[in-house]
Amino acid sequence: MAIFAYEFMHRAFIVGVLLAIIIPCIGIIVVLKRLSMMGDALSHTALAGVAGGLIMGINPILGAIAACILAALGIELIRKKIPRYAEMSIAIIMSAGVGLAGVLSGFVKNPASFNSFLFGSIVAISDFELTLVICISGIVLGSFLLLYKELFFITFDENSARLAGIPVKTINFIFTVLTAITVSIASRTVGALIVSSLMVVPVACAMQFGKSYKQTILFSIGFAVLFTVSGLFLSFYAGVKPGGTIVLLGVIFLLVILTMKKIISKNL
Amino acid sequence: MTPNILEVAQLEFRYGSEPILSKIGFSILPGDFVALIGGNGAGKSTLFRLLLGELTPSKGTIRLFGQDIRQFRNWPSIGYVPQNGFASKANFPATVEEIVQANLFSQIGLFHFPQKADKEQTKEALQQVGMENYAKHLIGNLSGGQQQRVMLARVIVNKPKLMILDEPGTGVDTKTLKTLYEFLAKLNRETGLTIVMATHDIERISVYSSRTLSLERGTLVELDSQQSTGTDATIFRPFVPKGLQWKQERKESYGDFCV
Repeated sequence: MAIFAYEFMHRAFIVGVLLAIIIPCIGIIVVLKRLSMMGDALSHTALAGVAGGLIMGINPILGAIAACILAALGIELIRKKIPRYAEMSIAIIMSAGVGLAGVLSGFVKNPASFNSFLFGSIVAISDFELTLVICISGIVLGSFLLLYKELFFITFDENSARLAGIPVKTINFIFTVLTAITVSIASRTVGALIVSSLMVVPVACAMQFGKSYKQTILFSIGFAVLFTVSGLFLSFYAGVKPGGTIVLLGVIFLLVILTMKKIISKNL
Repeated sequence: MTPNILEVAQLEFRYGSEPILSKIGFSILPGDFVALIGGNGAGKSTLFRLLLGELTPSKGTIRLFGQDIRQFRNWPSIGYVPQNGFASKANFPATVEEIVQANLFSQIGLFHFPQKADKEQTKEALQQVGMENYAKHLIGNLSGGQQQRVMLARVIVNKPKLMILDEPGTGVDTKTLKTLYEFLAKLNRETGLTIVMATHDIERISVYSSRTLSLERGTLVELDSQQSTGTDATIFRPFVPKGLQWKQERKESYGDFCV
């Protein structure tokens, strides 16, 4: 196939599939904790880190990771201070992130490199970025598997998990850091403006079919891989941007599932 | 000598400058089945949050199993059934088995996975509440009464020494509630499990419970003994619910076990 004749497409598929595996692992926890907008807040703050990195002459992905970790910890801190309005913490950090990104972007000398983070550039992955994605994917997937049962318990009922002796604070901290690094790396590839969709849409599709928590995670990963691979094919042959295509495919698929479910339930 | 399961002395709690609980004092002995009654906003849930270490008292002490709550670490020995149970988890994609097994995770330990024995323990807990045939069902597909039984299985799987229930009757019908009370009374009688339960259902629960505490306007009163369980400035409100009279009548007819 012509698509596999290009080295950059090999990289795009490797990076795309790895991200499609780790993003839903983070996404399912974020969605079930009812913090779906967290991905948006973090990815927008990642932009501030990208701008900061470009201004200071350091790798923008490292800048994004640092900004995302600070933002994620900020969300967690504010969430603890005002538990009844937890979602407000996301809005506060997102506003701060967008504001900072807006101000700092004015000082970036090469706007093209900054703009590449808005919608991502999965087909323009450097050696360093490929290595970074492989390492981060290994860390996120390994941590997710090792903390699988604790993350499930905390997500289902944080209070009972604490009573049962689960180190809730430590695990929440680890999860926050994992979320931050996943969002940062995904911002570079699928784009900061759409990373949160990739976190939520496959999980939303999987929740229509999953008959258990484990099954829902596996379906989420399956859907994310399907959207990514088909999005890459479509973008290559139709000549459209891959990041947006991947997410749009996911949204269309979700709408089809929801419509079909409604039609089936009406006919029953 | 076996220490008291719970000892509360001179407990006070304020939200800002507003007093919520004042001069609360009581003890719970091993094997007690205590009903905590009181109107909405009386402070029952606040008292439970203090007992579970979620809130810090403004004044006074709480001792769990003879140990000051600030040093207490054996939380798995306390089973807690929150108000409204799974109401906010109706769409959570988890099976009954996954949910009940979760309470064993701290025993299983970090970085370890459930073994055959853990699965057996989960099955046993589900059998005890008559939900073994629903192990693979999603929690959101069960009725309110079934969800409540899962909630109990989730607590008893850990074999706790003290079970705290916060208004488990909320949102369930009378028949389900009666079954729940009977189950708790049986558990209390056969295993010696100590139970503290907040409820509005004064008439029915007093038939099953061994003691009744009443929380009104932030002050605690023991109804059976008609004495304030607190110290100093507690206000005793002469109030004997109808159920206590029924209990006495049933005791006279059927002996101590009126279930």
